[in-house]
Amino acid sequence: MSMINYASREINCKLVYYGPGLGGKTTNLEHIYGKVQPDMRGKMVSLATETERTLFFDFLPVDLGTVRGFKTRFHLYTVPGQVYYNASRKLILKGVDGIVFVADSQIERMEANLESMQNLYDNMAQYGYDLTKIPFVVQYNKRDLPNAAPIKDLQGALNPGWPVEDAAKYRENPDPYHPGELLTYQVDGNWIERAPYFESVAVSGDGVFDTLKAVAKLVLKSLS
Amino acid sequence: MSGAGSWSLGEQDYHRITGHLNDLLRESNARCAMLVDRTGQLLANAGEQLQFDPTSFASLTAADFSANDQLAKMIGEPEFASLFHQGEKESMYLADVGRRVILVVLFDQRTTVGLVRLRVKQAVGDLSKVFDAMFQRGGRGDQAARPFLEGADDEIDKLFGD
Repeated sequence: MSMINYASREINCKLVYYGPGLGGKTTNLEHIYGKVQPDMRGKMVSLATETERTLFFDFLPVDLGTVRGFKTRFHLYTVPGQVYYNASRKLILKGVDGIVFVADSQIERMEANLESMQNLYDNMAQYGYDLTKIPFVVQYNKRDLPNAAPIKDLQGALNPGWPVEDAAKYRENPDPYHPGELLTYQVDGNWIERAPYFESVAVSGDGVFDTLKAVAKLVLKSLS
Repeated sequence: MSGAGSWSLGEQDYHRITGHLNDLLRESNARCAMLVDRTGQLLANAGEQLQFDPTSFASLTAADFSANDQLAKMIGEPEFASLFHQGEKESMYLADVGRRVILVVLFDQRTTVGLVRLRVKQAVGDLSKVFDAMFQRGGRGDQAARPFLEGADDEIDKLFGD
């Protein structure tokens, strides 16, 4: 739930990085922490186990600039990916403004990706949030690995699109991040919309900021 | 509702809130008081200057409260309306305000948990009235009901280098 504070002239928004265990959610935040100027970010907090697996969440506040004289502050959270931490995972989604789903591109992790995506839909629905109506982007991580599945297969499985309900949106909408591709398109007479997607190698930082900027922009546009 | 929506805190409400926090500190002899929303954002603070990162503190406070809420439900309680964390020198008392925000009070040996608890109860009542009135106005503080960033699309595009 974004909060506009007129006293401190800040817009505060909550972004959650979701996805299967060991997919690279924490690595995304670590890269952002390492690259953003210290005066534009806060401390990174990690509630992790002794083996550095996320137990509850990681947290990183980042300033992304000023709009209408208000500082835009994004609170970045990750969730624990392991299946049995669902109670904690659900708590982190409370009041979320934007979601990044970090998928593990390795063919062997396809099942885990699908299970996590289903879990995201279910947990959002329990709060009464509709994933198809809030800022949402998908990041295909670990693109450098030899066993990475083709993007087409990942998109087909994890981001197949949802039917467009609003007739005002019945028009082709080009994907600004992939020339020649569409985010809204027609199939057999039905209009379908997909979430924007990004390819990444979080350990080297490739695609990390593109993903963050895209979801942050969608969140701010949802306020306009 | 499709998402979590947005709400705003106007300057007048902010001053009312910090007024209540200052009253609480004066009457309880506590060190500082903070208000944190349920998503982990710091709304206001009063008292001694904080020697730690308030943003991280706020996110952990919300997580602490949320986790305890779930524990309460597991043992058949609707909620734990307040939490007390006791340290050797510094302690914390956390209380729910209208299921929307969390009041956090930090105190040391200059006062007692009994006095803090008593004064917090009064403050929770006062703050609940402020938040009830604020949310009855549509959660828009002192501002008008139009979308906050209406017409700012160009500025947003520029911010992200498009």
